[in-house]
Amino acid sequence: MRKKDSIVFHRPPSVLAWAAVGGKKEAEGPLGNQLDAATEDNTLGETSWETAESDLQRRAVQLVLQKAATGLAGVDLIFAGDLQAQCTASAYTMRALDVPFAGLYGACSTMAESLGMAACFCAAGMAGKAMALTSSHFCTAERQFRTPLNYGGKRTPTAQWTATAAGCCLLGAAGNGPRVNAVTFGRVRDYQVNDINNMGAAMAPAAAQTLLNHMQAVGTTPAQYDSIYTGDLGQVGSALLCEILEREGMPLPNHRDCGLMLYDRQSQQVKAGGSGCGCSAAVLCAHILPGLAAGREKRVLFAATGALMSQTLFLQGESIPGIAHCVELASPESL
Amino acid sequence: MDYVWAFLVGGAICAAGQVLMDLTGLTPARILTGYVVAGVVLSALGWYAPLAELAGAGASVPLLGFGHLLAQGARNAVDRIGWLGAFTGGLSAAAGGICASLVFGVLAALAARSRDQN
Amino acid sequence: MEKGTSPRPRSRNMRLTPGEYSRMVGRASPKSPLRRDVVWAFLVGGGICLLGEWLRKAFLAAGHTLGDAAALTSITLIGLSALCTALGWYQKLAAKAGAGTLVPITGFANAVVSQAIEFKVEGLVTGVGAKMFVIAGPVIVYGTMASWAWGLLYAALRAWG
Repeated sequence: MRKKDSIVFHRPPSVLAWAAVGGKKEAEGPLGNQLDAATEDNTLGETSWETAESDLQRRAVQLVLQKAATGLAGVDLIFAGDLQAQCTASAYTMRALDVPFAGLYGACSTMAESLGMAACFCAAGMAGKAMALTSSHFCTAERQFRTPLNYGGKRTPTAQWTATAAGCCLLGAAGNGPRVNAVTFGRVRDYQVNDINNMGAAMAPAAAQTLLNHMQAVGTTPAQYDSIYTGDLGQVGSALLCEILEREGMPLPNHRDCGLMLYDRQSQQVKAGGSGCGCSAAVLCAHILPGLAAGREKRVLFAATGALMSQTLFLQGESIPGIAHCVELASPESL
Repeated sequence: MDYVWAFLVGGAICAAGQVLMDLTGLTPARILTGYVVAGVVLSALGWYAPLAELAGAGASVPLLGFGHLLAQGARNAVDRIGWLGAFTGGLSAAAGGICASLVFGVLAALAARSRDQN
Repeated sequence: MEKGTSPRPRSRNMRLTPGEYSRMVGRASPKSPLRRDVVWAFLVGGGICLLGEWLRKAFLAAGHTLGDAAALTSITLIGLSALCTALGWYQKLAAKAGAGTLVPITGFANAVVSQAIEFKVEGLVTGVGAKMFVIAGPVIVYGTMASWAWGLLYAALRAWG
């Protein structure tokens, strides 16, 4: 059922299985032991970083299929996306998976976007089981968006660290897993932030707008959620989000940011925190969904944020458009 | 004493670059380009040669010195062969550094591979 | 199943304006630790120049002319920088040293060599060859432009003065 920008499900679809795969740095972080698999070597034995990222996705898919004790034949549709140009990490993963595939690009918001799409398709009966899959890889992002890996550069304090990680969820119309109660696809917000080393600041207004829209449409207040997770705003963006919502009259006491959860900011040298599609995906699959399944949390919001800029438009002097998609999740027994 | 001056002058030139980066948010590529052009201008004004005399490598190793080298090359070539020297002098003087970067770059690419920053 | 056919109600937009937000971003974004950055840049940059001076003196002592010793010094430093870049050390030092590793000629070499290594997987011509000077190219372009302009100006000054 549509309520303003939100889609509220009468019969909430269920997340049947999920898996998070991380790289070396992610395994050393606070959520390291909750990842389903981690790789010591971020090349994953491949000759290029791009194919390594596809491997990361493929591992996540395999783990989910194992956990759900199903084969690829049981999956009707995969929504997947990543940061590589033309969504190629996902497309090249799909070479090896014979399943209908819809590629998504939402920058670092792709996990919430794909999860939301998969939930809608399952709830509407358009797919029996659908998969949501995203990844990012530090090395592919660096060489595409910044500088070569061996280049000597100093990061600014507002810069974020792209996670080497993949997350995958399998959804179905019914099941015993955590439920997707509602989804809000966000609107682009651009508050004229021009600094590509301050993505958190570029995305915070979009996150605030989407959270406002969602809670307004669904008719809830922040206190009704155990936690409100945002994608990867990092230290700067999180502070800004809380300040914006305070000003808009909706303070967030229970806010947590995936970019601040995946790494130990002090000891792991990630400056303002983590980022990349894989960051929120890994936190979702390693922390949020297990927490809901175990009943540690009953009802949460997962709002992943993305900075939708391109290198070309940035160099042309354009500011960075931000987006955030929000998925409301609840523990299985909360219905 | 030469070593002390080399350290102090070279360090100060780098520290000035860091101040520019931190306070103005200029990207590294702009700092490098700005330094080379500034080196040409300082050399043309006749201010860089005395510094190079004093600090040796402290003045020639930073990119300002690369600009100085280009400017000196252009000037000396003009002295030798007239205005055509403006076209040939700069790059001739800087050829050693550019060629070395190029050759070592290709050799390094053949020998090494991109490394993770973990 | 028919959703979204009726005109959507407008969502409430935030009162926040870009001007206000830009001030909030300024407050919320931590500044670079200037003092620590500058000390690192000074020490490492000075250190590289000190090494350069030692090399220059050694080449002079070996009987090279002033110009040749300077060129040999540059080439040696560039070679060392290429080696450290290939081993991944230059990047680790630069993460602390900032301009201290950027401004010396070794930083120029690092920009060239790291590009060459990074794009090796895209081929020797289309990767290494084509991408090598993506970062360092502007230095050569504008340095050469400036020296050309100075050369012409100097020729004119000589002709008239």
